[in-house]
This record gives sequence, structure tokens and C-alpha cells, in this order.
Amino acid sequence: MECMMARPSKGSAGKTGLWRTFKPIYDDTKCNGCLLCWLYCPENAIDVVDGGISIDYDYCKGCGICAKICAKKAIEMVREEET
Amino acid sequence: MVVVKIKDLPKEKYLLPGNTACQGCPHALGLKALGMALGDRIVLIVPAGCTTIIAGSRDKSAFKFPCLHVPFASAPAVATGLGSAFKRLGKDGIPVVWMGDGGSDIGFATLSGACVRKDDMIVVVSDNEAYMNTGIQTSGTTFWKARTTTSPTGKREEKKDLALIMLMHKADYVATASVGYLQDFIAKLKRASEIEGFRFIHLHSPCPPGWGFDSGETVEIARMAVKCGAWILWEFDGRFKISPQSKPYRDRDKRLPLADYLRRQRRFRHLTNDDIVEIEKRIDEQWKVILALENIFS
Amino acid sequence: MKKILTGNYAVAEAVKMARTEFIAAYPITPQTTIVERLAEMVEKGELDAEFIRVESEHSALAAAYGASAGGLRTFTATSSHGLLYMYEMCWWVANSRLPIVMALVTRTIGPPWNIHTDHTDLLTLRDSGWILAMSENAQEAFDLTLIGFKVAEQIDLPFAVGLDGFQVSHTAEVVDIPKQDEVDRFLPERKRDKPFVMEPGNPIAVGGLTTNECAMEIRMSMMEDMEKVGDLVRNSGYVRDYDLVERYRLNDAEYVVIMMGAWCGDAKDAIDILRDEGIQIGMLRLRFIRPFPAEEIAKLNCKKILVVERDSSIGKGGIIATEVKSVANSSVQSVMAGLGGVDVGVEDFVAMFKRFVEGELRGWWL
Repeated sequence: MECMMARPSKGSAGKTGLWRTFKPIYDDTKCNGCLLCWLYCPENAIDVVDGGISIDYDYCKGCGICAKICAKKAIEMVREEET
Repeated sequence: MVVVKIKDLPKEKYLLPGNTACQGCPHALGLKALGMALGDRIVLIVPAGCTTIIAGSRDKSAFKFPCLHVPFASAPAVATGLGSAFKRLGKDGIPVVWMGDGGSDIGFATLSGACVRKDDMIVVVSDNEAYMNTGIQTSGTTFWKARTTTSPTGKREEKKDLALIMLMHKADYVATASVGYLQDFIAKLKRASEIEGFRFIHLHSPCPPGWGFDSGETVEIARMAVKCGAWILWEFDGRFKISPQSKPYRDRDKRLPLADYLRRQRRFRHLTNDDIVEIEKRIDEQWKVILALENIFS
Repeated sequence: MKKILTGNYAVAEAVKMARTEFIAAYPITPQTTIVERLAEMVEKGELDAEFIRVESEHSALAAAYGASAGGLRTFTATSSHGLLYMYEMCWWVANSRLPIVMALVTRTIGPPWNIHTDHTDLLTLRDSGWILAMSENAQEAFDLTLIGFKVAEQIDLPFAVGLDGFQVSHTAEVVDIPKQDEVDRFLPERKRDKPFVMEPGNPIAVGGLTTNECAMEIRMSMMEDMEKVGDLVRNSGYVRDYDLVERYRLNDAEYVVIMMGAWCGDAKDAIDILRDEGIQIGMLRLRFIRPFPAEEIAKLNCKKILVVERDSSIGKGGIIATEVKSVANSSVQSVMAGLGGVDVGVEDFVAMFKRFVEGELRGWWL
């Protein structure tokens, strides 16, 4: 039965940060701490930290919801560079 | 009505990042909100659908609550059994069925039976208006005239109003919600958890690949559906209440143009102005029923 | 203590004495009186169980699945089309290794509509992983239900007790009922976290996507565990001894008949008649079709074997005959009879067995 059981684990699809075409860049000087981006991140990749938020780029898929919902334009979607 | 403040919401993550959900997936938003609302009490029951995949694979689960995968048409009945076990064994668990509009088509009888019996569960139908997991085929709740792979020239069939059907079953709690208004959804989940018996929430879940819009627009599209009156937020717990976010749109003139909502989605690109007028009539009829119910159950 | 009970009421009695905790079933002739009797028992307070009036058989087994996954001792019952409607769930339950007990009151599958017995429905489960027992009479229906709960919970495989529609289900017979404390000693409370338990605060995910190898591993371990069932049945500790087979006048038999079900009673009468005429004929009655009593059949030392069965596999022949042939060390003849509940009485069996002994008998008997 063991092979039919799973247990909670981050990254169940791997490092989904690799999916990104666009990357959210956060400007804490514009942030008013409303936490809407934290609430509406479908990936749970945004964490609340002292003074604002932090984005987990290992898993952020770059969907862009956070940038759109921010009333202060504190998040900008920037194209990922080819490395 | 519980008012949910963002700052008061728990930070604990019940949906773990790095899962298989598409970018901007509404199920992910909904499941995250579910975890915030009900936390450790949840035992999730998942029939076939997108969430089956989002749940994880091999030995990695994307959820921090227990999850039982079940056959497509069976979920509410499985919840009946699980709920009985919790009650009998004194466990503080809520069986939460998380299914799509697919599950509510193929498992319609199952849903109906559990509701009539008032079996203890919360059912969330996370409705992305098509059988998305199998590649965007028409369902009973697919929006009028929408293009899908099985309705390539636009859906001709009617759109069933699931939540009203469950209301007519005399369910203990029925509500509609939207991933565009997560605080409202969380409040409704909390309200539902205060009531015993069969509780049903119909969650509007716009799907980027299925509807044809950018992954960043999920929340915006969901809100537009409400603002043009196409998706009506309401709640029934003995009294029928139109939710605050939908209240302004009782007035036809306050609604945003339907075309604004429809034209942003590729699945409606083929619509003519006549099509849109026809759909507007449907939406007007929908509002008539909702307003009448508000009157009857005030 | 001896009671007069129909097969169905005997099953209900066993379910009650097993202290079953959850019952979900949908009525279908000829199973209906099991469900009605259980509902009555629960309402009267004779049985402390949840009784769910489901809206279909698919939901009956789905609800049972949920209850069993939650740790409860669980029961359902059905027949024929009801089984076919819950068929998907039957496979899900088996692979999930949940010890659900089901009474299968055998009934012909239509069309045409037919409420009488044949064994095709029970046999549709033969590949699934369910332990499949077939009773001959009300006593066996009672006993096998109790043994079913015990063995299912020991080995984590679901257990179906077959009983012939109307012939056993609705026929009142004398049934010897053990005392409740004897049953309690035989069948203690179910171990609630075995093989797994769904409960709040235990964040396992069960049954999701996984490796292809897992699909094989599950089936391999089920196959291995099914092989242990014979010993579990023989050593169950029940008040009566049971085995996978019944050996009737088999010791010196030159001709062996292999059958299962209620009609074996009449067949045994025919065997007695032929024995009186000097024909050394006996019966190996299958009490279980899964696990398949391969060893017992392979051990038969006789001139030839006749399999008489109430089923058909279109394009192949008798299902049980096919399986018997694969392990028997004597030649096997095969007769399909009694489908649709067609009556096959003692005189029929006498004629049939004579033909078998004297020569060749194959195909249909109508």
C-alpha cells in the first residue's frame, strides 16, 4: 500500500520556478503592506516578512497575478533573461 | 456574516508551492483559501479532475491536509461514509469534497442523494465551466455559446444553475463564491463550518488555458464576471442574501458591459453582437430568479 | 441456538452479530430483504450502526468505501445489475485493500429482465481481488458472512458472500446461531488504522498519481495475500470448520463433479442415487472461487471431472470449467446449465451425471 500513499511536500512538481517566462520583481519602497499579493498568489510562493513580502523564486511560476493585483504597482513582471 | 480581514488570515500553508497547477490556476487559489478557512479539520475527497493532478504524484502530496482520491462519480457518497466514521469515532474532521463541474455532471445523482440525506460534508464545486482535465470539453455548466473542443462552434445547450438546484434540495447551506473574492469565499467556508449537514459552495474558477486569457488575469476575469452580472454571489443559510460584491449589480444599469467580460476570453472570440444580446437576456432571467428568492427567504 | 431464517435474514443476523458499524445498500430483488431487515434492526436499536439510504449501488459501495477508509466495519449487499452499477467501485475498493464485506445475492444479468439465480454476476468479480465465497444454504450464508469479516480484516481484501437468489435468499431453513460472546471472541473490534486511515490531522494522500510500477506492485501484493486466504479460512477459529471446498463422497470417487451454489444440494442427492447403483462418483463443491482452490483440484485422482456451472463466457465456454482445466490432472468435461434460473433438479442431475460417466457431455444442458 505504501506506493499508493503520498505525504506533504513542497515542490511536488519539481522546481517550478523553471516554468517562468516573466519574473515578478518587488519594490518594497512602493509597498503599502496590504498583503493582497500574498493572498492571491496561487502558488503560495509569497511570504509575509518584516516590512513587506518576499517571493520564493524556486517555485514562483511567473503567472503575474501579484503584479496585476497590486494597487501600488510595487510588483513588475520582467522578462527572464536567457542565461 | 463573518468579515474576513487579510491580516487575520493564518499564514500556514495548506497548499504547498511547486505543484503541478498551471500558472494562474483558480483551483490553486480556491484550495489555498480552503486551507486558510478550515485548516486541520479538512479531509479532502477528490474525484477525477484537475485537482487530481494538482494533488501531487508519487510520494509527494501538495496538500497539508489528508486527501482521498476517489472515482469520478463517487465523491459525495464517499464523504457520507467518511463523515459517519468521524462522527462515530469522535474525530473533529470535516469531509470536504473538492470537485469540478465534471464531477457534478457525472456524479449528479450522487450529489443529489447526499444532499437529500443531509449527510455531513462541505461540497465545493470549483467550476471552470468545462471538462478541463481532459482538455476543455463542454460540461453542464459551460457558459452559453462558449467554444470548447466538443463545441467547436460554440455551446448550444443550456447552462444549469447548480447552486439553485442544490437550494431546491433544501440543503442546509448553499452559496456561490468566486476566486476573484477570496475573503468572501473564506467567510462563506467559515459560515458553512458553523452549520451541520450538507453544505454546498459553487466556486467560479476562470481557467487561463481553458478560457483563453493570460495567466495573470484570473482574478480580474473572475471579478469582471461578477461586475457584469454574469456570476451572482449569494448565500443561503435559512435566509437568502445577495453578497455585498454583487449587490450593486441588481441594478442592470450598474453592470459592466457583458461584452467587456466576454471579449477578453478566446472562447468567445466568435460571438456576434446578437449572441451577446441573447446571453444578456439569460443573465437578466438569472437575476429575476435571484431577486425573487431574496424576497421569498428574507 | 437454532433459528428458522431465510438466507437473506441469516446474512442480516450475521451482520448484526459482527457488530457492523456502517451499512449502505440499495435495494434490488432478490437482495432487498437483507437491506430491509438491517434497517429494521438499526431502527429498533438491535444494531448500533449507521444505515445510509443511498440513491444507487455505485453510491452504496462508495459510501462503504468512505466509511471503511475512515476505520469502520462496513457492509453492503447487492445483485446482478446492482453489482454491475457499482462495478467500478468494486475494483477501487479491492486495490485500496479495504476489508468491506458484501453479500451478493446471485441473479441473472439481462436483458431480458430476469430475477432468478445464475452465477454470472458473482463471477464478474473474479479478477478484481475480492475474496469470493459461494454458500450452499442459509447456514453457510450466515457462517461465511462472519468468517468474511474476520478474514477480510486479517488480510485487507474485501470479501463477497454469494447466495443464490430465491433458492437461498428467500428459502427459510434451520440455522444454528452461535452466542454473541462466541462471536465477539471470534471477531474483535476492527483495527482502525489498517491498512490506512483517513482522519483529520493525518495528512496522507491515498490513491493519487504515481509510478507505473506501483500499479504492478499493488496487484502483486494482492496476489500474494490472496494465497494466504485458504489457511485463514481453515484456521479462522470459527465455531464450525470451513475449507475452500467441500469434499462429498470423494475418497474413492472415480468420477468427480465440480460445482458451486445451492443446486449442489440436489446434485449431491443425484450422487447418492448413482452411488446406490454402484457408480463411484463424488463432488468437490467449491465454497470459494477466489482464491481458486487449485491445489484441491490438482490433487483429484480420478478418471474424469465434470464441471457443471450456472454461467457462460461467450467465445470460450464455462468460466469455472476453464479454470478447472488449467489445474486438473484428469480430463475435464464442461456443462453450462441453469442460466436464468432454469430449474435443474435431481432427475436432471442423475441423467446428466450418467451421460458424463458413460461417455461425453459437453456444452449446454437445457
